[in-house]
Amino acid sequence: MAAEKVDRGRIEISRDECKGCQLCITVCPVHVIELDEGLNRQGYRPVRYTGAGCTGCGFCFYACPEPGAITVFRLARSA
Amino acid sequence: MNSPVYEPFLQKPRSFYDTYERKSGIKEVTHYCPGCGHGELHKMIAEAIDEFEIADRTVLISPVGCSVFAYYYFDVGNVQAAHGRAPAVGTGVQRARPHSIVMSYQGDGDLAAIGLNEILQAANRGEKMVVFFVNNAIYGMTGGQMAPTTLPGMTTTTSPGGRKVEDSGAPLRMAELISQLEAPVYVARGALCSAKDISRTRRLVRKAMKVQVEGRGFAFVEVLSACPTGWGMTPPDSYQWIHEKMKPYFPLDVFVDRTDETFTAPAPKEPVPLEKYHEVMRIDSSDQLSFPPAQPLDPKYANPRLKIAGFGGQGVLLLGLGLAQCGMMEGRRVSWLPSYGPEMRGGTAHCHVNISDDEIGSPLVSQPTVLIAMNQPSLEKFESQVAARGLVLLNTSMISKRPDRDDLEVLDVAASEMAQKLGNPRAANMIMLGAYAGYTGMIGEKTIEAALGAIIKKRHLIELNVKAVAEGFALGRAARG
Ligand SMILES: Cc1ncc(C[n+]2csc(CCOP(=O)(O)OP(=O)(O)O)c2C)c(N)n1
Ligand code: SF4
Ligand code: SF4
Ligand code: SF4
Repeated sequence: MAAEKVDRGRIEISRDECKGCQLCITVCPVHVIELDEGLNRQGYRPVRYTGAGCTGCGFCFYACPEPGAITVFRLARSA
Repeated sequence: MNSPVYEPFLQKPRSFYDTYERKSGIKEVTHYCPGCGHGELHKMIAEAIDEFEIADRTVLISPVGCSVFAYYYFDVGNVQAAHGRAPAVGTGVQRARPHSIVMSYQGDGDLAAIGLNEILQAANRGEKMVVFFVNNAIYGMTGGQMAPTTLPGMTTTTSPGGRKVEDSGAPLRMAELISQLEAPVYVARGALCSAKDISRTRRLVRKAMKVQVEGRGFAFVEVLSACPTGWGMTPPDSYQWIHEKMKPYFPLDVFVDRTDETFTAPAPKEPVPLEKYHEVMRIDSSDQLSFPPAQPLDPKYANPRLKIAGFGGQGVLLLGLGLAQCGMMEGRRVSWLPSYGPEMRGGTAHCHVNISDDEIGSPLVSQPTVLIAMNQPSLEKFESQVAARGLVLLNTSMISKRPDRDDLEVLDVAASEMAQKLGNPRAANMIMLGAYAGYTGMIGEKTIEAALGAIIKKRHLIELNVKAVAEGFALGRAARG
């Protein structure tokens, strides 16, 4: 199993805080954010993390105009 | 194998409120349109406030424009200023509370159009504040009108054929303009249109905030920022547009950076405590509180609101000043508000006076309890304003008619004729002052004498005026019977 690559980062999108502007998609260097299905409580089509490949660079966080829509996590340790 | 452990790295800054109580519905989101640059800049500012741990002494001045509601988001001190006036309000906050970190947040309509004078003067004075200037080349809030920063050829609702430089001038480059002044410590321009530009802008914001933390002076950060709604574009296209159209006209640069200069912050000037105020203002108050307050002869005369009117030259302003001076010397609260209308020359002049045992809400007297009318037009003009059963002092030498209302209490004083007999018709105002004091008991005769010494500049006239006051006082007392 040692060959499996562990991502350096991970993001969480707060679905109902997202306004679907897609700026995060525009700036993500590794293209790991995509449009989600359906509409959120605000009536916007939100985005979601594809689930793999985030480097934890934080670009999406600073491009996002909503204070709490994106949280970026970084790998603390992997066994 | 253990599963990898992730820790939060970037999350909503602490200096944002948890929820925004602006409207019902979802309380975690801002009111900004999708992709609006205001939100991105808010986040950087909040992050810097967190980093420097200054939330409890930061005062954010929000403007008029889309960011008018910034105070719903930032958990700091907040003031919302009139259109374009944030730097003036910030100046006041900074001077009254020198330890605070003052942040002015403004759009291009607010800062570069209606508020152009305020920002230039504040920058030129080197006020200790940081100004964040959101340049989105348009008036967002009001529906996309042309701004001073609208690009040549750019279509807006008020430039449907595109901005024409020959009609509207060229767009204002505010950062460059401000960098020409002597005082600013830090002036820079950033953009919010790519990961790289956003990172750079974050550094500019942080540096400008640091200038405040160190107390160095005025910092200005202009930010090229998307208004997808006003521009009629998707947010990603707006990024492209900033990059291709705005950056060439508004170059990204640091125009002034004096943050490397050695600098020791001067000890902030403490606001003057109230009890020291007269010293600083050089007011001699040695004799001012030395008279016991006179007692009104009827409770209804207490706490009078006076309007004093006549024609220019009758000394109505001095009469009002005399009354206020007397009240002050008897330890009461007073206000005196002269009315310098266009009618000052020739027509009627008037002033407003309050004498009160309580705090005075407004120096403006719109419903006087006492009207002192020195000529007929004054009576005609102000009679209707007098409060029910109010007191009217008539200079009958100049007024032939009687008041129309029958609820008013009237004291007739032939002030001009009495003054003439004393040798100077201009002393009529002092006869009235004496008559008012004698009739109502609101002011002691001794107080008036001392007050005249304070307000009459020409020494040789004091004796005449003291005589005039005495005659008026006697007449007023006699009228009480
Ligand atoms: C004294 C006054 N004049 C005009 C207005 C109308 N008004 C409201 S916001 C605004 C301009 C907003 O544009 P900007 O400052 O660029 O901010 P933005 O909305 O783009 O963020 C104007 C003219 C007003 N509210 N008050
Ligand atoms: S942190 Fe970087 S890599 Fe991860 S999703 Fe955001 S932009 Fe993409
Ligand atoms: S930038 Fe923020 S608001 Fe815009 S789509 Fe991405 S998560 Fe949603
Ligand atoms: S109108 Fe423009 S500036 Fe105003 S909130 Fe919308 S995008 Fe932002």
